Amino acid sequence: MSTEKANIIEISKLNKWYGDFHALKNIDLNVKEGEIIVVCGPSGSGKSTLIRCVNFLEKFQEGSILVSGTELTDDAQKIRKIRSEVAMVFQHFNLFPHLTIVDNLTLAPIWVHNETKQEARDKALKLLDRVGIRDQAEKYPNQLSGGQQQRVAIARSLCTSPKIMLFDEPTSALDPEMISEVLDVMVELAKEGITMICVTHEMGFARKVANRIIFMDDGQIVEENDPENFFNHAESDRLQLFLDQILTH
Amino acid sequence: MSVFDQQSTRKPPISQIGAVLWLRTNLFSSWINSALTLASLYLLYIMIPPLLDWMIFNASFSFGTVNLFGFDIKFSEAMATNQNCGREGACWPYIYEKLYMYTYGFYPRTETWRPNIVFGLTALLFVIVPLVKHYKHKNRVTLSLIILYPLVSYVLIAGGFGILMPVSTDQWGGLLLTLIIASVGIIVSFPIGVLLALGRQSNLKVIKLFSTLFIEFIRAVPLITILFMASFVLPLFLESGNYFDKLLRALIGIALFQAAYFAEVVRGGLQAIPRGQYEAADAIGLSYFQKNVLIILPQALKISIPNIVGSSISLFKDTTLVLIIGLFDMLAMVNLTSNDPYWLGRETEGFVFVTIVMWAILYTMSRYSRKLELRFNTENTN
Repeated sequence: MSTEKANIIEISKLNKWYGDFHALKNIDLNVKEGEIIVVCGPSGSGKSTLIRCVNFLEKFQEGSILVSGTELTDDAQKIRKIRSEVAMVFQHFNLFPHLTIVDNLTLAPIWVHNETKQEARDKALKLLDRVGIRDQAEKYPNQLSGGQQQRVAIARSLCTSPKIMLFDEPTSALDPEMISEVLDVMVELAKEGITMICVTHEMGFARKVANRIIFMDDGQIVEENDPENFFNHAESDRLQLFLDQILTH
Repeated sequence: MSVFDQQSTRKPPISQIGAVLWLRTNLFSSWINSALTLASLYLLYIMIPPLLDWMIFNASFSFGTVNLFGFDIKFSEAMATNQNCGREGACWPYIYEKLYMYTYGFYPRTETWRPNIVFGLTALLFVIVPLVKHYKHKNRVTLSLIILYPLVSYVLIAGGFGILMPVSTDQWGGLLLTLIIASVGIIVSFPIGVLLALGRQSNLKVIKLFSTLFIEFIRAVPLITILFMASFVLPLFLESGNYFDKLLRALIGIALFQAAYFAEVVRGGLQAIPRGQYEAADAIGLSYFQKNVLIILPQALKISIPNIVGSSISLFKDTTLVLIIGLFDMLAMVNLTSNDPYWLGRETEGFVFVTIVMWAILYTMSRYSRKLELRFNTENTN
């Protein structure tokens, strides 16, 4: 990463509790523009919670998050501004089942970004073309396979031309043969220079595109490294154990 | 290692298809099922023939000469009287004579064309709405109908404004009144109910508290109590000059009552929407209002259709309670007309008639609900 690029996300001293449970402990993380970050770790380690804090789907109690220089607070206007720059792809796709594929895509451009129906539709069809499912545009989400639905979800999040993409385990709910079609789309995106934070266990993907890999356990960042050193020279025992568990098969 | 030949496809055995199979699986699948089938057949055997005898074979259809849409149809020389209608069968001429009261109550006979136009418009509405489904400006058409239809109907039925003879609400009655109370009650209470349901889910504590209190209070009180309150107690609190119409008070009471029930029905629908839908709507930057109108409510209401219609059907039946505050709906008219000394002992015919009319309307409503469900179903279109 060239050093002159600015931080687009600055997380400092982030603490979050669910009731008494301390879910995130003193997280510090800066992400530069165009950087691809992969977050991994055992389940319950707080990785999803962390990225869900970035677009304020989860509230946090201490610390601060700056996205493109705007600080996340309870202010509804600010949150909407940040959400229009930060897109999210969910584990369970969360497409809107009562709308056709193309209507799923045009919703935010029309209602949040005040584009005309025609503009939004043209752009939506282009994006669907890019993820390879333009011919499904008039169908409803439940008529598509899981892999196709996730590609629609990615296209939907791209519709508002976000600067940052958050992926929350985008392939964990997919059948094995559909994982690669989604990862292919993500690899393409990574090449185009969009900032990405991906929570995923797809280590092949991480090795291929990530600039940095972050390992979380028990609500904190345990280790952070470039892919080469992350996989080959794990420093902590916990990461070594984790890698042993997921890479044995 | 083994390799298997491809199997050819065959038709199922003859005993596994057709009417024989249907009878066997549905009516005679076990000895207890067979017994129930036979018992039901016996029940039908002892009930249906006497009913048909009373309603048709022993009944009197001597309507005299009936004028139907300008044509005179002659059923018999003169209309039957209570005496020459037999006691062993129904006396349908009685219904015919009271039909006006059942339909319009005390509405002036010279002005009948006005409610008739409203009935016609209502029927037309059900024809037009599906027709404009694919029309480009269908939203504009629907919106103008929503505004115009109640206005036109009100002006026609109530009159006044210097054009039509005013007909006060005391004179409204029968099926006309039943339909007015039910439709106004349902249409006015629905949006209130949706807002209350959203209010009850709100993060704003005051709104949540108010919605919850309102819903729980109304649901813990019988409709009769609310009607009494609206009709007799409310005027005590108003200054004497602020008298307002009895029907209007009843309508407000019914709308608030029904709103609480709709709120609970819609809340059920809201709770069935996965959290992911809220999160996805938030994540793409929709506001609270947009999120609910565009994403959550369309799905929640769709799930709630059967319960919304069920609740509406209940309300339709509950409208018969307005009798106790002195409004004469269809059932009340049947009661009232059965006191006619010339036709003593014919209330059975009246009640059977109301039953048939009520059933026809409510069954249509429930069929319509089924149709709506199918139309909005995008979940299992595979």
